[in-house]
Amino acid sequence: MSTRIGIVTFPGSLDDADAARAVRIAGGEPVALWHGDEDLKKVQAVVLPGGFSYGDYLRCGAIARFAPVMTKVIEAANGGMPVLGICNGFQILCETHLLPGALTRNDHLHFICRDQRLRIENTSSDWTRDFAPGQEIVIPLKNGEGGYVADEATLDLLEGEGRVIARYLEVNPNGSRRDIAGVCNERGNVVGLMPHPEHAVEDLTGPSTDGLFFFASALTSVLAGSHR
Amino acid sequence: MLLARVIVDVMLKPEILDPQGRAVQGALGRLGLSGVTDVRQGKQFVIDIDGELDEDRRAKLEELAGELLSNPVIEDYRMTVANDDEVRA
Repeated sequence: MSTRIGIVTFPGSLDDADAARAVRIAGGEPVALWHGDEDLKKVQAVVLPGGFSYGDYLRCGAIARFAPVMTKVIEAANGGMPVLGICNGFQILCETHLLPGALTRNDHLHFICRDQRLRIENTSSDWTRDFAPGQEIVIPLKNGEGGYVADEATLDLLEGEGRVIARYLEVNPNGSRRDIAGVCNERGNVVGLMPHPEHAVEDLTGPSTDGLFFFASALTSVLAGSHR
Repeated sequence: MLLARVIVDVMLKPEILDPQGRAVQGALGRLGLSGVTDVRQGKQFVIDIDGELDEDRRAKLEELAGELLSNPVIEDYRMTVANDDEVRA
């Protein structure tokens, strides 16, 4: 039986269909979850996709945090279930405080959309274990509020514990502190990533198929029972 | 009828870069205002409440100001209760 990976759709989510496709191409079974759901339909991992949940009102991700489904996602994440937040999903994970720091407006104020080179810095998290250490990848990036910020002590802690999972190479596209493109929680099951791996899963439409490694990693993690 | 008005001001913490404020600062200079040394942009919530602002509601507001209206990682908030004249105006 294939691994069930839930993809949450909030009002304003954009990349839920691509995330579902990425899960399918990686060999998993995508399961649609709605923001109003109060159960996770027996999924073994969850993706919070990109977009503009609740119109980005108040702050990006601030309202999504209180959606009924999020109560269950937070519970599951604290129990060790692999959870990946991409772009707006990353913002939601920071708003829930499952991940430290916050995403703020790009320092140059422009929305940016480009194919971004990254270096994978952590290959032990549930969403990066299939990468080679130090592997360089190219996946799309598109955000207006993608600047990762945290206080110096938190940044030092993240670096010291190897919790920066990916870093921008060549260009820092949004003013993120220390070129941080993604981080994970202490346990490594919750990962937030600003660029979009779900748009890099097929040669026809993506700049690479590097994004597949993230989804394959989650399948590996679930099979290994590392969702504890 | 009793009516209470609570104002919550939310500002980015001083150490967080405010690119919007910086853009506004540039615009003020271009439009002829000299000597602007800094601009910070924030948000203001004006919350009207039916009935009395009792301790329970005040405590709940404090909680939500720090949890929903602002993100304590990057923002500070200040809550003030408007006086009666301001509410009726």
